Amino acid sequence: MPINCSSCETQRAVLRRPKTGHSVCKECFFRAFEEEIHHTIVSAQLFQPGEKVGIGASGGKDSTVLAHVLKVLNERYNYGLELILVSVDEGISGYRDDSLETVKRNQQQYELPLKIVSYQELYGWTMDQIVKQVGLKNNCTFCGVFRRQALDRGAMMLGVNKICTGHNADDIAETVLMNFLRGDIARLRRCTAITTGSEGAIPRCKPLKYAYEKEIVLYAYFKKLDYFSTECIYSPNAYRGHARAFLKDLEALRPSAIMDIIHSGENLSVKEDVKMPVQGTCTRCGYISSQGLCKACVLLEGLNRGLPKLGIGKHHKLHHKLLAQEPLSEAETRKLKSIDF
Amino acid sequence: MVAPINLQLEFGGGAELLFDGVKKHHVTLPSQSDPWDIKHLLVWIKDNLLKERSELFIQGDTVRPGILVLVNDADWELMGELDYKLQDQDNIVFISTLHGG
Ligand SMILES: [Zn+2]
Ligand SMILES: [Zn+2]
Ligand SMILES: [Zn+2]
Repeated sequence: MPINCSSCETQRAVLRRPKTGHSVCKECFFRAFEEEIHHTIVSAQLFQPGEKVGIGASGGKDSTVLAHVLKVLNERYNYGLELILVSVDEGISGYRDDSLETVKRNQQQYELPLKIVSYQELYGWTMDQIVKQVGLKNNCTFCGVFRRQALDRGAMMLGVNKICTGHNADDIAETVLMNFLRGDIARLRRCTAITTGSEGAIPRCKPLKYAYEKEIVLYAYFKKLDYFSTECIYSPNAYRGHARAFLKDLEALRPSAIMDIIHSGENLSVKEDVKMPVQGTCTRCGYISSQGLCKACVLLEGLNRGLPKLGIGKHHKLHHKLLAQEPLSEAETRKLKSIDF
Repeated sequence: MVAPINLQLEFGGGAELLFDGVKKHHVTLPSQSDPWDIKHLLVWIKDNLLKERSELFIQGDTVRPGILVLVNDADWELMGELDYKLQDQDNIVFISTLHGG
């Protein structure tokens, strides 16, 4: 039974919008989806004219839609931005090949410049070399920490003013839930911010913050955008998976659940006397860190010294030694050397 | 009895990984006493196409939340969802939103 679009009332509706419950046709959906992102950008003042903006591009659905929409809006509304796609190559043979190929096609399809930064270039180690050193069991610590910083470090190399990532409403709602379940007040307070300066030296923003995953996927589908989907072979984060499944179950019952959770996160007020960790910067690389050395630098130090366990457990006491380039005692070395499988 | 019907099934967004990586399937549903609907189709897919990990595709008697369903390029939420009566030559698309972006 075809239903007509509730907006133009002439075309056949192709989807029910989870946000509003409206049934809309393709063209009205495209327009509404893009205009809402424009509204997010304008009302949060995400960009200034003349800025060089890096788009974190993985080849996946979110960053592909983000790149496409930013390109469209930059032209439609004369934002005056210089957009550049930034991709990270972890150096995992066979894993990134397809997604990097997708990003390279996106570069041509959207006529945007692309820079691929490699772990080799950023850290002096590829993920494959790291796995050889630390074994499969521990590599997740490395790829999580390195991945978090890679985009910032790559963007710094390129001299961009801002980084945009494809985090969508579902991602943010999930993060709110996770931080709530973990009792992580500091992150809970930060995670709904549309722009953060705290994750690194370069401000990051999330123009898709209020865009539902369902709409992102359908936008890509109806626009026939080219994206790549894969299971992250190295991070089957079970806890996050449960949070996601729980969120999807809630959404199935009531689609506004996603937006409700984001709003809850935004409106949480933290009592003045709740102790917040002090944010400092890494004395070696300048990245944000509550310790003298950031996690990535500790992990790198361990790799370079042949002590891969450094940074995996709690070894804060050793940081000052590393900073001072002091040798470790034999007992300390022994503790860090072996990796159990 | 209703006559057998031919359908094109499409899996995307990572859902194809549960079907040996094959995105498009042309299938024929056999003749049966009641008309085919999506609820029956899901059971048929589970028995005939899904080789493993069916819980990643089907939950209870419906698709796992986070998998989008399109009937002839329209959101199944507009088409009656599980109760939609399948027609010969229908194109049914399943897109996972749960895979990496
Ligand atoms: Zn319309
Ligand atoms: Zn990992
Ligand atoms: Zn550092």
